[in-house]
Amino acid sequence: MTASDATSTSQRPPGGAGSDLAIELRRINKRFGPVWANRDIDLGIKRGTIHGIVGENGAGKSTLMSILYGFYTADSGEIYVNGKREHITDSRHALALGIGMVHQHFMLVDNFSILENVILGVEGGAMLAPALSKARKELKRLAEGYSLDVDPDAIVQDVSVGQQQRVEILKALYRGADTLILDEPTGVLTPEEADDLFRVLHVLRDQGKTVILITHKLREIMAITDTVSVMRQGQMVATMPTKETSPEKLAELMVGRRVLLRVEKGPAHPGKPLLEVKNLVVADDLRVVRVKNVSFAVRAGEIVGIAGVAGNGQSELLESIAGMRDQLSGDVVLNGNVLSLEGDDGAHRARLAGLAHVPEDRQTEGLVVQFEEWENNILGYQHDPAYGRGLFLDIAAARKQAAERMKTFDIRPDNPRLKTANFSGGNQQKIVLAREMEQDPDVLVVGQPTRGVDIGAIEFIHNQIIKMRDAGKAILLVSVELDEIRSLSDRILVMFDGQIVGEADPAVATEGELGLMMAGIAKKEAAE
Amino acid sequence: MSARRPLPRWADVALLPVLNLLLALIVFSIFVALIGQNPLQALAIMINGAFGYGEGVGFTLHFATSFVFTGLCVAVAAHAGLFNIGGEGQAYVASLGAIAVGFLMDHTVWWLVLPVAILASMIVGAAWAFIPGYLQAKRGSHVVITTIMFNFIASSLMAYLLVYVLKPAGVQEPSTANVVAAGKIPQLRQFFPWFGGAPLNMTIIFAVLALIAVYVLIWRTKFGYALRTMGHSPSASLYAGISNSRMIILVMMISGALAGMVAVNEVLGVQSRIVIDVTSGYGFVGIAVALMGRNHPIGIALAAVLFGALYQGGLDLQFYMPAITRDMIVVIQALVIMFTGAMEGLLRPGLETAFMLYSPRQKAEAAVRETVGTEG
Amino acid sequence: MDYEVIVSTLAATVRLTTPLLLACLAGLYSERSGVFDIGLEGKMLAGAFGAATVSVLTGNVWLGLAAAIVVSIIMAMLHALASITLKGNQIISGVAINFLAQGLTAVLGLAWFHQGGRTPPLPEGGRFEAIDWPWADQIHGIPIIGPLYATLLSGHNILVYVAFLCVPLTYWVLYRTRFGLRLRAVGENPKAVDTAGISVTLLRYRALIITGVLCGIAGAYFSIAQGNGFINNMTAGKGFIALAALIFAKWRPVPAMFATLLFGFLDALQIRLQGATLVGTNWQIPVQFIQALPYILTCILLAGFIGKAIGPKAGGIPYTKER
Repeated sequence: MTASDATSTSQRPPGGAGSDLAIELRRINKRFGPVWANRDIDLGIKRGTIHGIVGENGAGKSTLMSILYGFYTADSGEIYVNGKREHITDSRHALALGIGMVHQHFMLVDNFSILENVILGVEGGAMLAPALSKARKELKRLAEGYSLDVDPDAIVQDVSVGQQQRVEILKALYRGADTLILDEPTGVLTPEEADDLFRVLHVLRDQGKTVILITHKLREIMAITDTVSVMRQGQMVATMPTKETSPEKLAELMVGRRVLLRVEKGPAHPGKPLLEVKNLVVADDLRVVRVKNVSFAVRAGEIVGIAGVAGNGQSELLESIAGMRDQLSGDVVLNGNVLSLEGDDGAHRARLAGLAHVPEDRQTEGLVVQFEEWENNILGYQHDPAYGRGLFLDIAAARKQAAERMKTFDIRPDNPRLKTANFSGGNQQKIVLAREMEQDPDVLVVGQPTRGVDIGAIEFIHNQIIKMRDAGKAILLVSVELDEIRSLSDRILVMFDGQIVGEADPAVATEGELGLMMAGIAKKEAAE
Repeated sequence: MSARRPLPRWADVALLPVLNLLLALIVFSIFVALIGQNPLQALAIMINGAFGYGEGVGFTLHFATSFVFTGLCVAVAAHAGLFNIGGEGQAYVASLGAIAVGFLMDHTVWWLVLPVAILASMIVGAAWAFIPGYLQAKRGSHVVITTIMFNFIASSLMAYLLVYVLKPAGVQEPSTANVVAAGKIPQLRQFFPWFGGAPLNMTIIFAVLALIAVYVLIWRTKFGYALRTMGHSPSASLYAGISNSRMIILVMMISGALAGMVAVNEVLGVQSRIVIDVTSGYGFVGIAVALMGRNHPIGIALAAVLFGALYQGGLDLQFYMPAITRDMIVVIQALVIMFTGAMEGLLRPGLETAFMLYSPRQKAEAAVRETVGTEG
Repeated sequence: MDYEVIVSTLAATVRLTTPLLLACLAGLYSERSGVFDIGLEGKMLAGAFGAATVSVLTGNVWLGLAAAIVVSIIMAMLHALASITLKGNQIISGVAINFLAQGLTAVLGLAWFHQGGRTPPLPEGGRFEAIDWPWADQIHGIPIIGPLYATLLSGHNILVYVAFLCVPLTYWVLYRTRFGLRLRAVGENPKAVDTAGISVTLLRYRALIITGVLCGIAGAYFSIAQGNGFINNMTAGKGFIALAALIFAKWRPVPAMFATLLFGFLDALQIRLQGATLVGTNWQIPVQFIQALPYILTCILLAGFIGKAIGPKAGGIPYTKER
């Protein structure tokens, strides 16, 4: 099923780097319309190593790997697998060459069993029965070989995210992958699950497999890779042994200039509590209780960060406070008044009470990307008399204000008539921030403020949030980026399985301690 | 991110629909040729039939009046992200409202009857559309399926009423009694004999008013802003504090009310009573009209006249070319829906490439984007 | 009611269920692959016209059936082209297909046969005749079992048996074969299928070809088995009833059979009850109510008052490789 080393050594390309390279890419180009996603990429990946690829969002990492995996075809360039020139036409072909991919968003059929997911595409015959029994045996063997235990008959939607990722890895191994590409694999994992994954990756490497790890988390690169490559704006800017570099150096290479990884901020001067959450219980769309009796307060002039692995109830907590999701029980108190948030227009009443909300997902919630920029500038505040009295919209006033805010927040290009989809991620986020901050709210709740935002805009956004704090606002921050939580927050609450399992002082708490709490392990100690 | 530069606005709203219409007409011509007739002659007959003489124009505008209502019905729902296929049923049931006013006010004057009948049929149409709207908003049942089902339910309900309840004694055909005096909305031929025997009537005034009202509603009011927000992104409207469920119900009711006005045009304007299938499938024509008119009132006005012309031209065609039935119009309607609604992908990419190649401005913009590099 | 009447009502149910069942299974393949199909009606109607035309011209019922299948597949491919290749709106193309079939069959029917859109009656050998099972006449006399055998099981044309055999066949295809596994997967998560190296496009096209075949058989049933030639708009909304049944069955083959049997039974009942009065009263049961019942029931089901119908997750969305 896979190209073995023995056959490949005979056909080495002239000037090739030799058989120690599992993958070699030469002068890869890929354009999407006028945009260069990959430009003149050269990359060699040594067999039996863990090779990291870092870069900002949109730097072209995922596109490059998709080309290698046959999901896209390159416009030009050469791919060598085990020293042999290959034209990878589709993912089936890539698999046959021993290249497997674990996608960031799992490619699993939710209502299928794990076994069915594993055989999908490699059934080996028109009937299912033989394929299923063969896969059952093979899975057992793989599980023992790589310590990757799963229940083959479990339905995918019933197992944990960590388990689902294992299924993805097993799928690749079942297809005979020698080279495994992992795209942002830890984004959805607890630190503990991530450590588990890293252990598995080490086992794989030690057994001769090659691992390519795509990530934007420098910490992971430093911790487990042997070699690291940096991409910026579609180009490969550097490749070096991990031992010889540092996070600061990598960040500089990613952005193309020096970056402050730490946020400069003075001490907080907290006042009276502006936002109080009391015994909040919230369920998700499937009516599973995701927030379990949560209580806390955020005072004027402080930033409270909620740390936690994605999917532990933070999103539901945030949506509930902002009025987008009904509460099963409990209260949200703003400035001493209990908010009434029931119904699907709760967000309207939350805003009236003085709460502003930067949602986790700006593309689907915070903005209507098909709208012109000025239309998004009034989203959520369309009933404000500033934009017209009575039933009618004062379009001129709305556009004028939008233009002013674009100046204040340095949103480019500064044209309020431009369609919002045409702004970059960072500028889109600034549109949301400008709208929410300029309302001069008492309380600002912010979800994932810098997700998918370029590093330059991150600095700006962080500074704006701190400015709000210093103006005496209460700020609740939710982020899955532990670094962001640690550098911005004045207090950290850790959320696990729908509960606040601990509170920490960012100045004192180490990443390890927070990680344990996020995994729900130090729950007892932290509560005491 | 799309692979090409999007089309300039004028090409998107005007050129593309016209090209798609041409495509539909070419395929239509092939069918006409296939049954041994001369397509050019057929087109000439249709164009002359639609615009060549007063009665033809009158018929064209009469059909267009109904199509404006049903086109707007589909368009308003579409702006809110809802596909209302139920215009036909809504219009059909709304005829009950129209005829009721016709009977009750038959002794008054037509200029009182007209607005009241419009209002009544709007209310009944809205009520019939309320149910699918409610089911979508509160129970999550897909409005496409429920409106289809409600067309059939409307058809059964009306058949029942016409056969068992409303049919006057001594009448064979299932229908209501006739309005005889003020309930008959005056036809324009009474004032302009040029229109010959055409049923064009005063209801057309409300078609024009409806076009303007819908434009203002969608692009000039806060309600319209909320409606478009939900149409583009229901999660964004939830975020913005807009009640999606209330919105869905209201939009469906507005949509049904617009369809309902067809009833006045057909029941009080032409038939003076309700007969089986009095709305003759005009609700479905609205789908083609809205698609063709890009859900914009100006486009809908043009598309409604176009389809009015097709319907009237089709009548003449049937008369002068007995080998062709009026069902040919249904074929054109299908082709227009297909090409403008579902097969946009056929022409758009080619057109975008053509604009890239031949428009210096587009080229320059593309070059700027290239240097900016990747984003998002 | 008399036992014979009950059995003959049930036999009528089977006959009326047949096209519903075929169309419902046709929709099952299409929708399981992720293509929402409100164009079943048009595909059937076009098939019915094709069957009658060829049957009239050749006097060969099998050529008629083949023509129905070919015509219906062409319609399905049009749907596929619009909704898979060109990534258009599946509902809109379905609507277009329905109108296209309705218009074209009327226009071509008139142009070719000059009988107001009808085809002439079928010639000898141009129609599927009822098949009498062995000894049906002799067994008929036996109480209870006799009428069941002679009227309910025996005496249908071959398409009826084909339709009901399609149920276990579809079950087997869906749950026991590679194609079925991939079909179920592509309607839930096409990206998973794509990344497994399987062509989503090809898979959906294949599903729609099957849809075309089944709709073609259903269409042929209307014009050259149940009916004697083509009549304008002879499918009369049955495609939508089939769609309703598909939702009722939650997109599964065996429940699809029961759902269509239920709707077929309502149809048979409505014919039987023409002019009948409700027991003990002289209130006439309006046939219109029974006609509307499948639609009303479907709305009630969709509203979640009797269980929840959740369709294939990727249904209605054209698949695009995203960046």
